[in-house]
Amino acid sequence: MTIDIVSAPELLSNNKFNVDEENAHIAINVEICRNCADKPCLYVCPAVLYRLDKNGDLSFDYAGCLECGTCRVMCQQKGIVKWQYPRGGFGISYRFG
Amino acid sequence: MSEERFDAIVIGAGPAGIACAYKLAQEGREVLVIERADQPGAKNLTGGRFYTYALEMVAEGLTAEAELERKVSHEQIMIISGPRAVCVEYIDPSFVSGEVPQSYTILRASFDRWFASKAEEMGAMIVGGIKVDDLIEKNGRIVGVIAGEDEMYADVVIAADGVNSLIARKAGLRGEIASQSVGIGVKEVIELPPEVIEQRFNLATGEGVARMILGCTEGIHGGGFLYTNRDSISLGAVFMPEEVAAHRHSVHEIFQHLKMHPAIYPLIEGGTTVEYGGHLVSEDGYDGILKRPYREGLLVVGDAAGFVINTGSSIRGIDLAILSGLAAAEALLATSNPALAGSEYMKALERLQVLPTMKTVRGYRDLLNIERLYGPYPDFAADVMQGMYRVDGKVPPKMKKIITTALKQNKLSLWNLIKDGLKGVRSA
Repeated sequence: MTIDIVSAPELLSNNKFNVDEENAHIAINVEICRNCADKPCLYVCPAVLYRLDKNGDLSFDYAGCLECGTCRVMCQQKGIVKWQYPRGGFGISYRFG
Repeated sequence: MSEERFDAIVIGAGPAGIACAYKLAQEGREVLVIERADQPGAKNLTGGRFYTYALEMVAEGLTAEAELERKVSHEQIMIISGPRAVCVEYIDPSFVSGEVPQSYTILRASFDRWFASKAEEMGAMIVGGIKVDDLIEKNGRIVGVIAGEDEMYADVVIAADGVNSLIARKAGLRGEIASQSVGIGVKEVIELPPEVIEQRFNLATGEGVARMILGCTEGIHGGGFLYTNRDSISLGAVFMPEEVAAHRHSVHEIFQHLKMHPAIYPLIEGGTTVEYGGHLVSEDGYDGILKRPYREGLLVVGDAAGFVINTGSSIRGIDLAILSGLAAAEALLATSNPALAGSEYMKALERLQVLPTMKTVRGYRDLLNIERLYGPYPDFAADVMQGMYRVDGKVPPKMKKIITTALKQNKLSLWNLIKDGLKGVRSA
């Protein structure tokens, strides 16, 4: 990938992930998130995995998660109802780090 | 259900956990290191740079064998204001001469894997791909860990599970992380041929640059960094997430613009991005250290305990992690009474200068909390420079005029300069 302003999905495509298809390590409660006015997760997630769908509801895709923990720290309304690291051997696998 | 027993179980094969395992294994202890990544290092991210003295304290001569990138000969600070940049460079041959250069740029996947292999040589057992889910407690004492279906027992458990340390939280040693206590760091690794890097940065073979960048965070508390590796450049930025949320502009987007800055782009032009990472970093320094990084049967080391220093010009985590791991090992070798290990650990942290060092630079947090550092001051510096360097055939303004105009343009006062200057002198 040459040097340019690149979207998050495109950046993440450089990374090695072993996605745990059976188990989402992070889960959100859309109802709670609907009532969260600030939605800090939209801005602080380095992988931009929190997005608003066409109905304005929050959606989250755990597949590109970098496991940094920022969303957990910033989630004020507790809409993130589950935050764990992926099962052993799954998730991001940095080749450089 | 299997049941095994060890002298020590270390959770996390980062530098803190490995340093501890290395020392304990060297002294003949049965040590198990459990790492959730398949390979040590594969979950870890740094800026980054590593100060070598810590590795020499593990074993003399270890640095020469280590998987490191370039020895840092060029220390740089870059202040960005719009498309403009002010650069300060300090070149010190003494930092790279001698048998052990002061610091190296570093990538964690290769370094951590190498370091773990050294602990294995000492006799430590390291297993990857297993996540510790919980601690086992018996009569108020930690006696082992649970990983999936397995229970493993040990005289002592060492939590070296990083900045989020879910283990220290489960043990009741820390609460939730406050949003102003951490920075979110993002980084791209950009491949370039070694000779291109050396040419662009004016480096001798094997030498490297460590650059801090101020003014690239849209006014948010934080800053950028650039490190030259052997055949890649680590370019990234750290932001206070609380201010990012208020600013409502994503860290990914702000960082992408840094790449295209006229003073940065020519350095990475033609390169290939091969990885994008994100990681939290503790920003509280001494005040972020766990009040009690231990309880009976458990010691907390490295990032998990908050051993990180950020002075603006240097950021230290890996070296302190190693020292804290050594301190834990020394404590466990000094006493066989688990009730006394915690106080021995604190003594060792003093002896190895971890706590005294962190206490001395405690004031930097207040200095870095001056919000003017992240917008008005970079703009002011660039405006003054512009006043000094601009020649347009008109009668040039006097220096005093340049400065007062630059202050006014950036809504600063002489009083701000004096007050913040004094704060700087006092806290640093």
